[in-house]
Amino acid sequence: MKRRAKFLAGGVLILGALGYLVYAGVSQSVVYFVTPSELMATPISGKTYRVGGVVQAGTLKWEPRSLALSFVLSDGKTTVPVRHKGTPPDLFGEGRGAVVEGTWSSDGHFQAASILAKHSEEYKAPQDAASEPGYKELMRTLQGNPDR
Amino acid sequence: MIPEIGYAATIVAFGLALYGSVTSAVAGRTGRRTLVASSERAAVGVLVLVTACMLLLIYAFLTFDFSVRYVAINTNRGTPFYYRITGLWGALEGSIILWTWMLALYTLIVVVQYRRRHPEFYPWVLSAMMGIAAFFLLVMTIPAPPFERLTPVPPDGRGLNPLLQDSGMITHPVALYLGFTGFTVPFAFALAALATGRIGDEWMTITRRWTVIAWYFLALGLLIGGWWSYHVLGWGGYWAWDPVENAAFMPWLTGTALLHSVMIQERRRMLKIWNLTLVILTFSLTIFGTFLTRSGIIGSVHAFTQGSIGAFFLGFLALVLLTSFSLLAWRMERLKAQGELDSIFSRESAFLLNNVFLVAATFTVFFGTIFPLLSEAVRGEKVSVGAPFFNLVNIPLFLGLLILMGVGPLIAWRRASADNLRRNFLVPTAVGVAAAVLARALGIANSLVLLCIAAVIFVTGTIVLDFLRAARARRRSGDGWAAATLGLLRRQNRRYGGFVVHLGVLVVALGVAGSNAWSLHTETTLARGESVELGGYRLRFDGLRGSEESNHFKVTGTFTISNGVGSRDVLYPAKKFYAQEQNPIAYVDYRLGLIEDVYLVLGDFARDGSQATIKLQVNRMVSWLWLGGLVLTLGTGLAILPDRRKTA
Repeated sequence: MKRRAKFLAGGVLILGALGYLVYAGVSQSVVYFVTPSELMATPISGKTYRVGGVVQAGTLKWEPRSLALSFVLSDGKTTVPVRHKGTPPDLFGEGRGAVVEGTWSSDGHFQAASILAKHSEEYKAPQDAASEPGYKELMRTLQGNPDR
Repeated sequence: MIPEIGYAATIVAFGLALYGSVTSAVAGRTGRRTLVASSERAAVGVLVLVTACMLLLIYAFLTFDFSVRYVAINTNRGTPFYYRITGLWGALEGSIILWTWMLALYTLIVVVQYRRRHPEFYPWVLSAMMGIAAFFLLVMTIPAPPFERLTPVPPDGRGLNPLLQDSGMITHPVALYLGFTGFTVPFAFALAALATGRIGDEWMTITRRWTVIAWYFLALGLLIGGWWSYHVLGWGGYWAWDPVENAAFMPWLTGTALLHSVMIQERRRMLKIWNLTLVILTFSLTIFGTFLTRSGIIGSVHAFTQGSIGAFFLGFLALVLLTSFSLLAWRMERLKAQGELDSIFSRESAFLLNNVFLVAATFTVFFGTIFPLLSEAVRGEKVSVGAPFFNLVNIPLFLGLLILMGVGPLIAWRRASADNLRRNFLVPTAVGVAAAVLARALGIANSLVLLCIAAVIFVTGTIVLDFLRAARARRRSGDGWAAATLGLLRRQNRRYGGFVVHLGVLVVALGVAGSNAWSLHTETTLARGESVELGGYRLRFDGLRGSEESNHFKVTGTFTISNGVGSRDVLYPAKKFYAQEQNPIAYVDYRLGLIEDVYLVLGDFARDGSQATIKLQVNRMVSWLWLGGLVLTLGTGLAILPDRRKTA
């Protein structure tokens, strides 16, 4: 009986420690997923959010030398100005969906620590990208110019 | 015509699997030998038909039959030959074929191996395996038919996701699925043991090697997945606690627990219920993982309703859990332990603690993975928990497991004496502590890394000490060192195979600790001729070049990298523009090294080639992960060699 009590105590101790770890882990690292409208309703500065929306056309600016990226994220109702330092991800662009994770800054913009581009799995006709003027121009300017 | 034949084959195979499952269950109850023979023929039929399905789909890929939806989505005319074949498992439907095929193959191996042995278990094992195969064939028939037609037929396909056009993607799913399906065999034997009421150690002894092999393939699949992620995705990491990764990690954790806890049952006749539970959990987690990654539920609870595939897997999972735990409850009376735990300082309790830690880790990974779903379903709030949660809860558990890895194999059974503890652990503990102090003096400040180093050196010390003692004992009987070593490895291959596997895990652990603690990175834009410095390296941007490849347009950067010693090298990171993708795919270039990798990603660039934005990383000790995989392979090979102790 004494031994059983010892093992019981050990079990409770382990479970308690585990429960504490999970509790602390969740409360420290849970990130709320919100829309621009939800964020702008009551933005709390310093708190980490994930904001999902569409990159508004004509708002995307990127300065390669300073790596300063800025754009406006919209859900059709409200918009959030976003700033980020770094290269935009490959699947990122105007009119596309994006999820940004970061904090609301007290000076009125969302400072994104990371940007996740939403990528569509739908079937697309293969000519889409190749017929884009940008793609053609790229092939013209860079093809056949070794180490230009 | 081909797709119709394939679809017909799927339906017939489903019928055969169902038939075989029922007849062998009846044979299990009545002992009628002819019924068993009949379901064996059904098993052969299933393998032949599923093989045919797979070959037909490959044929459709090779002939660009874009009238098949799956082919149109996963290949196009520019896709290189071998990626047309591996395109087979590039998405859901083909993965299910591969899975079913491996299951059918394993079933036939079971038939060949056990047909004349274990006559009580065998019909039930066959019934369980064919029942599971029937489920996967049902999935191929209704929610995910690989031969579904597409109208109108497109002139060209979409093409395989460029990220999957990589050698890692050829081997990663194969290894992973060999692991997943491999756990079906121990599970089927466990069910057979419960069905027949022969719940001794027999089922476990028979399936030990199967468990080791399934565990190994799962480990290999996880490591190859890490390698693929590292060199293809361009973020410089190998593990992100992504739900897809977690799905494969959870059965590996419970499988590891199982491999350890069966030893206590073998030696001390304890933990019978626990071992059966672990087998059931491990198998269920492989199904749960597929549900999680394929139902669309990860994105959101609402996405779950989009396809019926999730409902199929959830229903099957419920059936598996209900059946196995009902059987377990029914046999509970017979499963009383014969041995008892005598002391906290014993091998039993070290193994028990190992199991507690592993199952706790599984639980926290499970909880973290489904917490966003729970939160959305219960409170209507969308949240994510992310890597910080998983690291915070798992690092202490994994450090505990590392230390136990040193304690478990050497501490005495039943009750360890103070002398046993001193003899086995005093020197390794001292060496471990000394190593941590030395590392601290060399400038490593991260206390988790120091703990990890101490634990790794401690465990290595225990293994070396044990091996030296045993080899010295053999030498006394006249062998040379080499002969003594070989003799030990051969005669106690299970024990030393296990030790080598432990060494492999230690190497991986050092890689994980090192890469997290010392890696450096920078992100910058360079004009042509300009340089950037990082971690003793200087990187110069030399220019950009565009080229038309078979199925994409490629922009390649030329960068010269040099270090202080004067050695120079050129890196060519690129961006690939696939016509079917709206956005370019980064192509990473790197120099791998034992201590550090130089890792370069081309981010953006000016259209005239005058400047390029890059991400440069110096990733330290990442190679140790792949090295650890090699050691793991050696150890597993040693551990599954035929046991010599019985014959010698």
